[in-house]
Amino acid sequence: MSADQFVQYLISGLTQGSIYALVGLGFTIIYAVTRIINFAQGEFVMLGGMLSFTLAISAGLHLVPALLLSVLIATAMGAIMYLLAIRTAKRASAVSLIILTIGAAIFIRGIAGELWGVDFVRPPFFTGRESISFLGAYIHPQALWIIGTTIVVTILLHLFLSYTMVGKALKACAISPRAAGLVGIDAKAMALIAFAIAAALGAIGGVVMAPLTLTAYNVGVMLGLKGFVAASIGGFKNPLATVAGGIVLGIVESLAVGVDWGPFTSSYKDAIALVVLLLILILRSGRLAAEERES
Amino acid sequence: MQNHLKWVVAIALITALVAVGGMSCTSEEEEMETYKVGAVFSLTGPASHLGVPEGQTVKMIVDQINANGGINGHPLEVIIYDTETSAEKCATMVTRLIEQDNVLAIIGPTTSGNSLAIIDMVTAAEIPNISCAASTLIVQPVEERYWVFKTPQTDKQAVTEIYIYLEAQGITEIAIITDTSGFGAAGRDILIADAADYGITILDDQNFTSGDTSMQSQLTHIRGTNPEAIVCWATDKESAIVAVDMQTLQMDTPLFCSHGIANMGFITGAGDAANGVIFPAGKLLIVGNVPASDPQKEVLTQYKADFEALYGEGTVNTFGGHAWDALNFVIIALEEMEEGLDTAEARAFIRDEIEQIEGFVGISGVFTMSPADHLGMMPGSLAMIEIVDGEWTWLQ
Repeated sequence: MSADQFVQYLISGLTQGSIYALVGLGFTIIYAVTRIINFAQGEFVMLGGMLSFTLAISAGLHLVPALLLSVLIATAMGAIMYLLAIRTAKRASAVSLIILTIGAAIFIRGIAGELWGVDFVRPPFFTGRESISFLGAYIHPQALWIIGTTIVVTILLHLFLSYTMVGKALKACAISPRAAGLVGIDAKAMALIAFAIAAALGAIGGVVMAPLTLTAYNVGVMLGLKGFVAASIGGFKNPLATVAGGIVLGIVESLAVGVDWGPFTSSYKDAIALVVLLLILILRSGRLAAEERES
Repeated sequence: MQNHLKWVVAIALITALVAVGGMSCTSEEEEMETYKVGAVFSLTGPASHLGVPEGQTVKMIVDQINANGGINGHPLEVIIYDTETSAEKCATMVTRLIEQDNVLAIIGPTTSGNSLAIIDMVTAAEIPNISCAASTLIVQPVEERYWVFKTPQTDKQAVTEIYIYLEAQGITEIAIITDTSGFGAAGRDILIADAADYGITILDDQNFTSGDTSMQSQLTHIRGTNPEAIVCWATDKESAIVAVDMQTLQMDTPLFCSHGIANMGFITGAGDAANGVIFPAGKLLIVGNVPASDPQKEVLTQYKADFEALYGEGTVNTFGGHAWDALNFVIIALEEMEEGLDTAEARAFIRDEIEQIEGFVGISGVFTMSPADHLGMMPGSLAMIEIVDGEWTWLQ
């Protein structure tokens, strides 16, 4: 592995990792507030990308309103999904609710397949497509948008959770739902807000990555899986840890391709990522169980 | 007494049925008996973009035949069922075609998985099946595929076409990047197995998973080995990402792709990164470029004109062509068939006739069948196509 290659692996890994981080953030927000793992998270990434294509290319809207509208529609759909699928289930256990989200994911994917067809599409690049040279490696302008968006979103989310009333209430629910209820925080309203924020985060990821990664009705499955891994590495509690988890996953995957030690070739790329996940889950399992007992 | 009554009722019913059956026979003899052929296509499900044009093509041919007085005076009916791209559903529909509809032959299905799932059924029922799916395994080993034929080119033919081109260009060192799913993995096996026959060395063998969103790392690795060309074997979406990522990494190594990218979606998806990509595909895509001396020129031009007159400008594609070839195999056999054969005899006759097809000019290529070859596509059926300024251009 030459130095140029190493830098390229890092840059590509950072780009992918930022995507995983954006998807993972949605998992974390919902899990922290409601203890539900929302397996429909990837579908909101798909919705963001597909909507931005429809609005910007098919409907011919200007790029900026098209992107904003895509995120807004997906956010509304996240809220609707919570109201229709999750809240109506009333006293169902967390496991049942998780299974409901899988059903919702299949539903959204099916509708998208019918609406948009099975072909993949590419929304327009935000700013050009001439890649930029950097320390002997190359980076696509859209990749800079992806990385930049992840940084801005992470900072805004952190500020929101730390300095606004709603954000603090969400955090309170995450720390102890029972205590939050005792001081008058409406857990149902908080859950609704968490689903809406998660859908917005997914859709932001979707619109910013789709020009580079292409999108289709079924991209949510794979991206959801990667986001889930990122959130697992981050422990499902802390947004900053989730972002770190996503970036670690992206860089490990990318560097694993460059590995050429004896029998370990790039074919083991996915295996290496899974081994990292397994190790982290094993290390965490004790702590998660302890937290479960506390709450 | 009760028992006797049952028998009387049963016998009465049977007599009635026989009488009705006899009546329908006599009424059909006045006209000509309709030739019934079955078809199973992926009209919905993941492969619907392949199955829909196949169904459209079959309907178009049936209307043309019947408007011209049928086959030797017999009207043609094709019963089309949707497999939903599911092997189970496909098997159910094939059973219905064989047992209820009593068809003479079955064309389709659309995908290799569905096609492999019905081989034992059609073999046991002794009914000819002309598949529209890609896998070589559909017609091999040929001893176990007595009743099965197919019309699309195989992966191996596509690889051979690329390797012949590379050899002619004097390119000997390549890297391959393939999808780990069925299509990519099958292509990878053939690319590796056949390389030495064309004096080609594979310097780097990278892969990715369907649904991956970036292949930059694999391409960075490939760049380190400095190949003269890169061959990518994947469906259109992943191939488009490879093309875009190569542009991002400013790699100017020539990129060769599989016939899986033979649709406009690849060009719109990859944008100007698609320019310069070379791939093998049926000549239908570039029919305007095919010289008049080519044996397929007339058939291709006619099919494109007929299809687009019915379904709109720019709608023709190679997948409908696979169904065109399959149904025409059956029609050729039916034209030779004499009157008065029962269903089993007619099915056997059609099978034997298809196996003797020689020099048939179809959409996917020119076919000469034999007991040892149930695809029978002659070399030169595939064209090497380069994307230039977003258009398909034939590389002679």
